[in-house]
Amino acid sequence: MKITTEKINSNLVRDVEEVSGQKVSACFQCGKCTGGCPVVWAMDIFPHQVLRYAQMGLIDELLHSKTLWICASCQTCDSRCPREVDIPKVIEALRLIIMREKGGNYLHPNDLPARVRENAPQQGLVSAFRKYAK
Amino acid sequence: MSVNLESHEPLIVAFCCNWCSYAGADLAGTSRMSYPTNVRIVRVPCSSRVNPSFIIRAFQRGADGVLIAGCHPGDCHYHSGNYYTRRRFTVLKRMLEYMGIEPERFQVRWISGSEGAKFAGVMNEITQEIKALGPNRKLRDVR
Amino acid sequence: MKRIGVFICWCGSNIAATVDIDKTIAAAKQMPGVVFADHNKYTCSELGQDMVKNAIKEHQLDRVVIGACSPRMHENTFRKTVEAAGLNPYYMEIANIREQCSWVHKDKETATGKAISLVRTAVAKAARNEALFSTEMPIERRALVIGGGIAGIQAALDIAETGFEVDLLEKEPSIGGRMAQLDKTFPTLDCSACILTPKMVDVAQHEKIRLITYSEVEKVEGYVGNFTVTIRNKARSVDMEKCTGCGDCMNKCPQKVSSEFEMGLAERRAIYTPFPQAVPNKPAIDRATCRWFTQEKCRVCEKICPTGAIDYDQVDEFITQRYGAIVVATGFDTHKLDKYGEYAYGKHPDVITSLEMERLFNASGPTGGKLLRPSNGKPPKNVAFIQCVGSRDKAKGNPYCAKICCMYTAKHAILLNEKVPGSKSFVFYIDVRTPGKDYEEFYNRAYEQHNATYIKGNVSKVFPDGDQLVVRSVDALSGALVELVVDMVVLATSVDARSDAKDLAQKLSITTNAHKFFNEAHPKLRPVETQTAGIFLAGVCQGPKDIPETVAQASAAAVKVASLLSKESLKSNPTIAEVDQKRCSGDMSCMAVCPYGAISEKIIEERRGRETVTRKIAEVNTALCQGCGACTVACRPGAINLKGFTNEQILAEVDAICL
Repeated sequence: MKITTEKINSNLVRDVEEVSGQKVSACFQCGKCTGGCPVVWAMDIFPHQVLRYAQMGLIDELLHSKTLWICASCQTCDSRCPREVDIPKVIEALRLIIMREKGGNYLHPNDLPARVRENAPQQGLVSAFRKYAK
Repeated sequence: MSVNLESHEPLIVAFCCNWCSYAGADLAGTSRMSYPTNVRIVRVPCSSRVNPSFIIRAFQRGADGVLIAGCHPGDCHYHSGNYYTRRRFTVLKRMLEYMGIEPERFQVRWISGSEGAKFAGVMNEITQEIKALGPNRKLRDVR
Repeated sequence: MKRIGVFICWCGSNIAATVDIDKTIAAAKQMPGVVFADHNKYTCSELGQDMVKNAIKEHQLDRVVIGACSPRMHENTFRKTVEAAGLNPYYMEIANIREQCSWVHKDKETATGKAISLVRTAVAKAARNEALFSTEMPIERRALVIGGGIAGIQAALDIAETGFEVDLLEKEPSIGGRMAQLDKTFPTLDCSACILTPKMVDVAQHEKIRLITYSEVEKVEGYVGNFTVTIRNKARSVDMEKCTGCGDCMNKCPQKVSSEFEMGLAERRAIYTPFPQAVPNKPAIDRATCRWFTQEKCRVCEKICPTGAIDYDQVDEFITQRYGAIVVATGFDTHKLDKYGEYAYGKHPDVITSLEMERLFNASGPTGGKLLRPSNGKPPKNVAFIQCVGSRDKAKGNPYCAKICCMYTAKHAILLNEKVPGSKSFVFYIDVRTPGKDYEEFYNRAYEQHNATYIKGNVSKVFPDGDQLVVRSVDALSGALVELVVDMVVLATSVDARSDAKDLAQKLSITTNAHKFFNEAHPKLRPVETQTAGIFLAGVCQGPKDIPETVAQASAAAVKVASLLSKESLKSNPTIAEVDQKRCSGDMSCMAVCPYGAISEKIIEERRGRETVTRKIAEVNTALCQGCGACTVACRPGAINLKGFTNEQILAEVDAICL
């Protein structure tokens, strides 16, 4: 695990902030989130570390962690954070990034016959692209 | 003077410097801490004012213990007095021990003006120690 | 036999609840010398004091013992009381039966016993009290401020405003000090020069302030109210009267030298003012580099000067002046980095110190305020800041925290981001310390709004990689190794005491701590005084601090000076050492232990038999002696005694305790 200038300056860090709407850089690592997390025992990366990894551009490590899928979004951490960082939203953003990047879409628009394409319901179609992809 | 060991209440003379230890003793009072009545304080401007002869005189006159209390090293109001105290009484302590006075009977402590609790603690501690030794018979002059 | 009166105070129930007052009075009446004993509810009240005064007159008392609260509380009150009744104030003794008896004991019987013993001790001492008299010492109502940085400037202005004359001494050709070198100041980002230069001008124009630049303290003699200071006025080689400050000489001087003010990032001439806004704005010739002084040729400045102000034959002059008070405000040095090879300072031009960074930011600095890399003149994109360089380092630096680095580094990160759009700073820290009004918020801004990333880890290696620098560390919070490629590295160098602080301390007979910062008289309650009466401290020479604290301390020192000088004369403390001429052997052991240099040798003439002989004895300077009594113990023949705490008095106390 290594922090480099490229990683800190990478677009992924900005993506996390943009998708979550949270200021990841605001966290000063007090650790209160981790101290109060009810499911921390099952996590491989603690909640405060999630933010630290995000600040340092260690996004790959985050995307491979179990923590993202263990967090129940109970908001205990958020309600206590002195820096007003909504950690569940950051975690949700990381989940989204994974969802968006993982594999291809189940359906590709070109797979549809041209005559169906015109009439297909657009929202349903987008859902169909994504739905079974994971 | 005959002394009953069981009920013997030791008499302890404490030389306290005006700026730190005497102020510490006052603070113990204003904080309403309690310590035994055995200690009597003599106020001196600085622990370096205490002449070894005062200690010997106290023992001769029947004191069971003597304490010198000054500012912490480096904090002396007169900036170097307590260093002299330290050197002088290291020598005196050896001499007293040579004469057969138990080392607990003569002590030097550093107590600052903000250490009321420490002052009370030290008084409790040395009173207990000296009580356990019984009366001073070695230097007491026969009068 | 003395006629001693004893007055026992109830202090309401504070004493009376634990000490049997009647028993104590009855016992006091039996003590040797006691002719009168009485009690009072509140002796410190007007009624109580009147009772003491009346009893003194009615019973012709000549010594007074008051059993009451601590002498630290009311000693002065009761001294005045007995003085009002016609007695010498030092005839009064206090038995501390409140703080050291009724408040610390619960059992009434033993407490009463102890109170009686305390009163007996005080009576024994009082019987041996002598009349003591303070002497009046005149005061020289003029102050000296040593050091012309912001601390000295503020102190001088504040003293001058109270109406006393001040000499402001500065060793450089101009006042201004460190603050003049800074670009912006935290946490408000005001421009340092904009807030400092008006004060510098005020100093120059104030009718009560005399500016003595390019000068140093040579010798200090005397004591509070009466210091005699010899000042070395270094040869400036420029006649201050004739010079108009036009600056032609500086433009034409052919000898270029690295500028100390610009931290070596730019050059100045051999005839120079440190910076354009210098006060006084008159140059000095640096004789170590001037071509005339080193090679005996040139004299260009002399030819160019329209007023003939250049004077190569000037010599150092010595001014001797008397002062009543001295403020020391000599500032600090930045830590030398020779032991920190791992940071590549001096090996790579893009590794700079924080003070050099200030000059690079500064509009009047070497780059005209554009932040450019010293190596290639291009703006940096990624900059690493290393905190605690030489601070908190027991092994090879200073063990203490330099206090200002966290804040100025946050400032640098903000300024960098503002000056170079899209730039980023990486701050390597051990702890971030921001106690102060609006400080934490300022630091928060650095990482929330100005693209600063704080990395908890000390940097262990900086090395070049192409035209960039690699910084190696660890992020202790995530446990990940850190290897950053950056364009510049800024070292937050620690704050040292002046290298010559020890010399000055010796001249002033004040003390320094282990790191050569001057010691204050009390760390909490007397923060601007020194142990030497009449000498005060302001600014970083006392310990690392920032500008607001420095200014506050300088103003505090000024008030101390003003309150001292506002008196017509000083009353001396009469409880000081006294030499018995007859017993003194002239061995001078006392002189060796005196912390104030108050004891000196004196030659006296004596009749011995039929002949007159001269011999050496010790003499106490009554103005310098502070009355610690260390000398009394050192004296082998027992010739030196401490008035108010004589051997006889203390032994009488010991005897009374042990009765």
